[in-house]
Amino acid sequence: MFRIRGRRSATIVATVAALAALTACGAKTDDSSSASAAGATIDTSGSSIKVGLLNSLSGTMAISEVTVRDSLKLAIEEINAGGGVLGKQIEPVSEDGASDWPTFAEKSQKLISQDKVAAVFGCWTSASRKAVKPVFEKNKSLLFYPVQYEGLEQSPYIFYTGATTNQQIVPGLDYLKAQGKTSLYLVGSDYVFPRTANKIIKAYAEANGMKVLGEDYAPLGSTEFSTIANKVKAAGASAIFNTLNGDSNVAFFKEYKSAGLTAEKMPVVSVSIAEEEVKSIGTQYLAGQLTAWNYYQTTEGAANEKFVKAYKAKYGADKPTSDPMEAAYTSVYLWKAMVEKAGSFDVEKVKAAAAAGGITYDAPEGKVTVDGPTQHIYKTARIGKVGDDGLIKEVWNSGEPIKPDPYLKGYSWATGLS
Amino acid sequence: MTTLQDPPVAVEASAAKAPRRFHALIGFGLAAVVLFALAPVALGDFRLGLLAKYLCLAIVAVGIGLAWGRGGMLTLGQGVFFGLGGYAMAMHLKLADAGPGELPDFMQLYGQLDALPWWWKPFANPAFALAATVLLPMLVAFLLGLLIFRRRVRGAYFAILSQALCAALAIFLIGQQGTTGGTNGLTDIQGFFGYDLNDPINRRMIYFIVAAALLAVLGVAWQLMRSRFGELLVAVRDGEERVRFLGYDPANVKLVAYVVAAGMAGLAGALFVPAVGIISPAMIGVVPSIEFVIGVAVGGRASLIGPALGAIAVAWAKTALSEKLPSAWTYFEGLLFILPVVFLPGGLASLAMYLRRRRSTSTEVTS
Repeated sequence: MFRIRGRRSATIVATVAALAALTACGAKTDDSSSASAAGATIDTSGSSIKVGLLNSLSGTMAISEVTVRDSLKLAIEEINAGGGVLGKQIEPVSEDGASDWPTFAEKSQKLISQDKVAAVFGCWTSASRKAVKPVFEKNKSLLFYPVQYEGLEQSPYIFYTGATTNQQIVPGLDYLKAQGKTSLYLVGSDYVFPRTANKIIKAYAEANGMKVLGEDYAPLGSTEFSTIANKVKAAGASAIFNTLNGDSNVAFFKEYKSAGLTAEKMPVVSVSIAEEEVKSIGTQYLAGQLTAWNYYQTTEGAANEKFVKAYKAKYGADKPTSDPMEAAYTSVYLWKAMVEKAGSFDVEKVKAAAAAGGITYDAPEGKVTVDGPTQHIYKTARIGKVGDDGLIKEVWNSGEPIKPDPYLKGYSWATGLS
Repeated sequence: MTTLQDPPVAVEASAAKAPRRFHALIGFGLAAVVLFALAPVALGDFRLGLLAKYLCLAIVAVGIGLAWGRGGMLTLGQGVFFGLGGYAMAMHLKLADAGPGELPDFMQLYGQLDALPWWWKPFANPAFALAATVLLPMLVAFLLGLLIFRRRVRGAYFAILSQALCAALAIFLIGQQGTTGGTNGLTDIQGFFGYDLNDPINRRMIYFIVAAALLAVLGVAWQLMRSRFGELLVAVRDGEERVRFLGYDPANVKLVAYVVAAGMAGLAGALFVPAVGIISPAMIGVVPSIEFVIGVAVGGRASLIGPALGAIAVAWAKTALSEKLPSAWTYFEGLLFILPVVFLPGGLASLAMYLRRRRSTSTEVTS
């Protein structure tokens, strides 16, 4: 027995030694040369060019992200029908992020190194974006992110086609202030966007003489809101700022209504409820409430008429279009404009074309321009009111596209935030 | 625990065990060849990185196999220990990335902190952080196990308690966004003890470390299962009261298995961080904890290699199916969980046992 045990320990020692040898030859410190893997290789050999679509097709985020994928596909189809990009047809490679952040990282790596895509479009939650950000930076590959978010980020390999805070939350607050609202109650889901947004709101309120009477977070997917509704009612704020996500809104608005609150007494401004969500929450609970976005299905203009018509023709007349869908649709056209200006699919050349300025597109939301230094886009802010038909009607807009300011550098009250 | 010392081994027993030991050695050798020679040659950088991730999950599975398969404790809360190990490692790596005296990036963004919180400070020390990845989960498991097993909490109650703990830790981490990164978790990790993680050669090195850790963990589990402790553990699973009447304390036996499983989960979490580059509350909550157990069930919980193979198979199937069928893969994954439970209750490993039994009967006939 002892001899066998001895032999075994010998094998273990041998394994460890072999391992040490292997790791030793793999050792290569970063300090000597900071340059690591070269830029991602893009497969430009065929008559088509691949792009990645990275959205959650399963899990809790699927309901929202599938609509984004659908509008990305619509844009790609339209571009292909018009002759493609630089003479090549776009071939979308779809991957499921499964509402799981490491999966997003895994799939983005797969799209870059296996499929050799020219760019990736997608991600919704901030957590998924934060998970893939190092992957895109490491591989020097491009991501187009189509959803409004909490700002405070500027990756050299991400283009942000949704609103940053000064294009959505700050205008929403400006609107409330102009309406004479002096106190706010903050309700949000417990994740990064609401917590960061509320920090910005509190700084704004302090500087503008508004009071924040309370701040409550519910776990993502929570449907228990009777306590929060009662606290909101007791606080008696003049408006509620709502950053709840998904299903939680259904429960919240039901409790809000049964607590006897109304849009006249205490309006709710929501920043995560678009046309699709209005449908699932129920128009009877939302009619008269406010939303802050950059695009509504009802936004006027020929470009939007064309977009809405094409979307409904492809996916069904009952399907609404919403802000993130529009931003996704726009992102494909912006990428096309950059590639055509650069005359190449090469990531660094595409980035340089964007940095030089002048990348514009007549989007459904109106003319958008890429801001070279921040890689965000100029967007018009729009406050809307939910109508009885479930559509959102614009009641105010910023008049012109607002320059993106992800770190809120242009706002003196925000100096302590980043 | 003096009762757990090896007694003088009976001659017959050791003779019967010798061929099994020989088989185990061959098995280890084969596994080493596959992991260290075949896989790195056959797989590209991307697939090898994925394999490193699967192997991390396999390490957790080996621990669950010990605690659940052998000890009968349905540990639906391994996410807690996985998370503790992962966060301990990620905290150190984030601090190392930031450099001495600097705050990690997310703290500057969300935390508005002037100084590092006190409970982050010790993790700047690499030795402390490395030890904490395994010892911290073990300590938590020890304290928890002491309370649970002494009070003879068993079965569904134990499973519910494990789940509650997972949910509690996840909610805590999400709530403390300024100091833990909230739902985003700790991400964007650049280096691993001075090695640049962006360098493909260093990522290969991480794979080898994970593979070696899996072999080591398998070795520990094998030794534990074959020892008198392993037999006691099975005895406790099958008849706790009887073991108590024989004069042993089942609580101690279960505690050891539980703590060892927690240590393995912690180690896996720590390796997951450099292999995948992120740790977040999404990986330590209720759902991932259940997924760990599903891999073990598919592989066969009572065997040594079954849980590891099951975890790898399930993770691989998840990747492969979702790549091939991005919009319908979840149905197939569900099917994958149902079929083994219905048609192969002993898991994939029972296939091997079935074959071995057939072979041994046939050799008996020929001899």
